[in-house]
Amino acid sequence: MNVEEIRKQFPILNEKINDKPLVYLDSAASSQKPIQVIEAMDRYYRTMNSNVHRGVHTLGTKATDAYEGAREKVRAFIRASSTEEIIFTRGSTTALNLVASSYGRANVKEGDEIVLTYMEHHSNIIPWQQVAKAANASLKYIPLQEDGTLSLEDVRKTITDKTKIVAITHVSNVLGTVNPIKEITEIAHEHGAVTVVDGAQSTPHMKVDVQDLDCDFFAFSGHKMCAPTGIGVLYGKKEHLEKMEPIEFGGEMIDFVGLYESTWKELPWKFEGGTPIIAGAVGLGAAIDFLEEIGMDEIEAHELELAQYALERLENIDGITIYGPKQRAGIVTFNLKDIHPHDVATVVDQEGIAIRAGHHCAQPLMNWLNVAATARASFYLYNSKEDIDSLAEALVKTKEYFGDVF
Amino acid sequence: MSFSNLDQLYRQVIMDHYKNPRNHGKLDDEAVTINMNNPTCGDRIQLFLKIEDGKVADVKFNGEGCSISQSSASMMTEAIKGLSVQDALKMSEIFSTMIQGKEYDAEGLDLGDIEALQGVSKFPARIKCAALAWKAMEKGLQE
Repeated sequence: MNVEEIRKQFPILNEKINDKPLVYLDSAASSQKPIQVIEAMDRYYRTMNSNVHRGVHTLGTKATDAYEGAREKVRAFIRASSTEEIIFTRGSTTALNLVASSYGRANVKEGDEIVLTYMEHHSNIIPWQQVAKAANASLKYIPLQEDGTLSLEDVRKTITDKTKIVAITHVSNVLGTVNPIKEITEIAHEHGAVTVVDGAQSTPHMKVDVQDLDCDFFAFSGHKMCAPTGIGVLYGKKEHLEKMEPIEFGGEMIDFVGLYESTWKELPWKFEGGTPIIAGAVGLGAAIDFLEEIGMDEIEAHELELAQYALERLENIDGITIYGPKQRAGIVTFNLKDIHPHDVATVVDQEGIAIRAGHHCAQPLMNWLNVAATARASFYLYNSKEDIDSLAEALVKTKEYFGDVF
Repeated sequence: MSFSNLDQLYRQVIMDHYKNPRNHGKLDDEAVTINMNNPTCGDRIQLFLKIEDGKVADVKFNGEGCSISQSSASMMTEAIKGLSVQDALKMSEIFSTMIQGKEYDAEGLDLGDIEALQGVSKFPARIKCAALAWKAMEKGLQE
């Protein structure tokens, strides 16, 4: 993989931040966009823009073909068996909320259990809290091991015959832990439960095969994988989606509307009320083409290497605490001595380096780590070892800076 | 690497308040208690205000967060202790104007260490950090 060539495709990487070249280490929050994606959306608006699934006119057909073409690209990308199983949403959050509001409300009853982990993003916790409250069901958390991974033994102990839903992240947005979804799904299925997988941090970075994972639902966001904001995907097994009620009603999703009753379109459109995010879907399709051309295995290998390099470089900084397992995706979360992560992020920003600081929408995990906040560097295909060197140097200087004023 | 920009933010007096917060702790149940946090970053403050005869008779705070949020809280408690409720609210307005980088007039009030936080206006992402304790104070006094 030629990182130098890849970097040229991302116009924003030429930007100067505080008079320094941008070093972007916050892709877990949102990735940058290659020129191919920017141009695909521009081309859509210049040559195809109109509403989908409505008009008789030629332009409407072009827009519909572009939108549905993107759906087929998503299907192939995550190896789903049919485009009926691919629902476009606003992002992972909306996708997870859709499962909770529709499948969750219909299937979780009093006394049932919903199983989560301590490393879930808020968007895979709160929708389930709401379902549990409404149904008088209980929430159970699979504990974490010392290094921030899950043990299958704990998974087996937590999931019972009362468990209806196991909601779990594929990759932790804080620890970089990669969870054994296939094995967990097998255990869930033995108990008659379904798995809802938050794939926001995995789909952009590795090959995903939903049929091999055998998960029941899988959610991800476009903006973390080189596509624009405002577009995401919910994959669901057809057998579930067919039985589920829509949660948004209006145009686009109907079959027949009477004065007192209406019926819904077939899958996947019954879940896509209103005019969809057409240009966003087109952008997502272009992002998939871009990523596939480079190769998901190559991207994953590159990021695993960067993660190991970052661990090596940062571990050598006196006073640093790094959270999470040795084997991890391209995410390194840390704290530097007594310096608050906001202060760390402000100082390295002066060097043009963008990192995240805060609780990363994972307050239960912060409590487990016993910290109020952390700093996080996350990597993508356009990052290089030099980026990590810049971060390591800036962190040393941060320590020196605060050493002086403290 | 020159951190001259940073020196406008992390002034000596700010770091002093961060390391040695004034009026740190709790007041008894009779005091007005306000809990406030900044949900986007996790900064948290608990503020206690004892109001007697229309004046801030005593004030204490505790919490966790970055140097800017905690030092601003410390400075705020020092500045409003003994002031009338009206003047404390007026000072909060002046502070808000100041950290947005606008021209401000102390209107006869002694701003003391607070002016050290002027540099925050050059770091828009940190204005919320500085404002947290002041928002809590306003909320407490308006109750």
